Amino acid sequence: MSDNQLLEVIERYLNGDMTAAERKEFELLRKENADVDEKVVEHQLFTNLLKQYAERVELESRLNAIHEEIDVHTLKEDLMVHPSWIVQLWRHHHSKISVAASVAIFAVLTGMFFAGYFANKEPGYEQLSNKLDRVEASTNQLNNKTNALAKQMGSKNHMRSPGNYRGSGFALSSNGYIVTNFHVVSGKFDSLYVQNADGDSYRAKLIYSAPQYDIAILKINDDSFENLPALPYNLKRSKSDVGEEVYAIGYSEGDSPVFDRGYVSSLNGYKSDSSEYRISIPVNPGNSGGPLINNKGSIIGVVSGKQTETEGASYAKKAGYLFKAIQNVPLDSLSGKLSLNNKNTLAGLSRVQQYKKMQKYVFMVKVY
Amino acid sequence: MNKELKDSAPTDSEVILGILNNSESALKRLYTAYFPMILQLIINNNGDEDDAKDIYQEAIIVLYNKVKAGDFELTSKLKTYIYSICRRLWLKKLSHHNRYGGDIRDFQEFLPVDDEDVDHHSDRDIQFNKMESALRLLGEPCKTIMEDFYIHNRSMQDICERFGYTNADNAKTQKYKCLQRLKKLFFQQK
Repeated sequence: MSDNQLLEVIERYLNGDMTAAERKEFELLRKENADVDEKVVEHQLFTNLLKQYAERVELESRLNAIHEEIDVHTLKEDLMVHPSWIVQLWRHHHSKISVAASVAIFAVLTGMFFAGYFANKEPGYEQLSNKLDRVEASTNQLNNKTNALAKQMGSKNHMRSPGNYRGSGFALSSNGYIVTNFHVVSGKFDSLYVQNADGDSYRAKLIYSAPQYDIAILKINDDSFENLPALPYNLKRSKSDVGEEVYAIGYSEGDSPVFDRGYVSSLNGYKSDSSEYRISIPVNPGNSGGPLINNKGSIIGVVSGKQTETEGASYAKKAGYLFKAIQNVPLDSLSGKLSLNNKNTLAGLSRVQQYKKMQKYVFMVKVY
Repeated sequence: MNKELKDSAPTDSEVILGILNNSESALKRLYTAYFPMILQLIINNNGDEDDAKDIYQEAIIVLYNKVKAGDFELTSKLKTYIYSICRRLWLKKLSHHNRYGGDIRDFQEFLPVDDEDVDHHSDRDIQFNKMESALRLLGEPCKTIMEDFYIHNRSMQDICERFGYTNADNAKTQKYKCLQRLKKLFFQQK
């Protein structure tokens, strides 16, 4: 039996085309001949695979046909999870957005480069021109001042020399006696001037000094000086109390007197100096020699200094020691009567009014 | 859309009976009922609509074969079963292409899938691919003879007439030669 014939027999057997007798005979042959049996099994497997393959192809074509009918594109649009419009926008247009962003950044940088280039220069020029303007203006101002000064000096006899002003002082009497601190006028000097709040300077001379109390008495010795109106304040001989409100007037800042307020913080001064009050007033070097006034307008002391290490600690010589100093002035050195004022016309006036009246009697002491 | 889907979704037993009875409409209803679900899974996990089609059809074939083979036991909803199979297949494909980021975005509940089903399926796929190329290499008229006789179960008499063989013996000899060649081509492949 050739292979060809055997195959035909196997096929007939597998298809069930055999008669019962033939079938029996063939099954016997399968049992006896392993080779035949193997061929039967193999053929069956192979043809089944072929059939299944065909079925699969057919099924796939059916599925494909069904698939064709589905509108996949619309479904896809619907089913795509859209995270958020911004992410979507990015996904769809990220290349465009990137390009746009790059262009924008480039444009901004370019713009900044050019704008910045000018921006950096322009303010410079502006500033410079401003400065030039200012310089010009100040030069003009200076010229005007100089001219005015020259005129003034030509018309009036008043000496207005630049000078080093050292401190303040105040009038003791209307005829030109002025008290200041000894340390203001200590040391060598050629000449002494006092200047009032209006800016008029008068030559003065040192009458008496009491270094132990840090007090010096000057007398205006100038032809252009006219007697002051009657003094509105007096000297308070008795001691003041701690906590009493006090005021200081002094030339701590330029040409006009400065008014400061504080209180007596101790009856003893620097290193327990009993000739001084410790006061809590923000005073500056120019204040030295200025009056310390209580709220009634009486002089209670002469501002004399401040502690460098403690903020807000200043000192004033007690008025009682000023008295002592005045009493000690030798009569022969007086060029006019030194009569102290005992009437106080300031009491009851407002602070503003007191200051207005007082300021005429407070002088800047300049030493050359 | 969802409402429409629910309306047209066949019951699970309808599907199984339909497959067993070779019902074309049941297959169609099954296919259209769950495709959107799988499309959603695939396109939102680094795939496109063609991937979805491939994966979904594979899953349908797995189901179809299991039902046909009679060893299909419905232990969950059919929907969940299909989703789980597709998920498993897609994960395999993703990791095969190194596209799997370790994270999959799910849209349905799913069950752990018996790998046997999927592996059996892919073994069969390999065999079928071999058969396909063997048939292609076989060429005409052998290919048609094989298909007519073994697939379409035509008689040798029919085949004789179609191919104009003078007698059935010649046709049989030709068929035998063709089968031998086909087997050779099939088993030669690795």
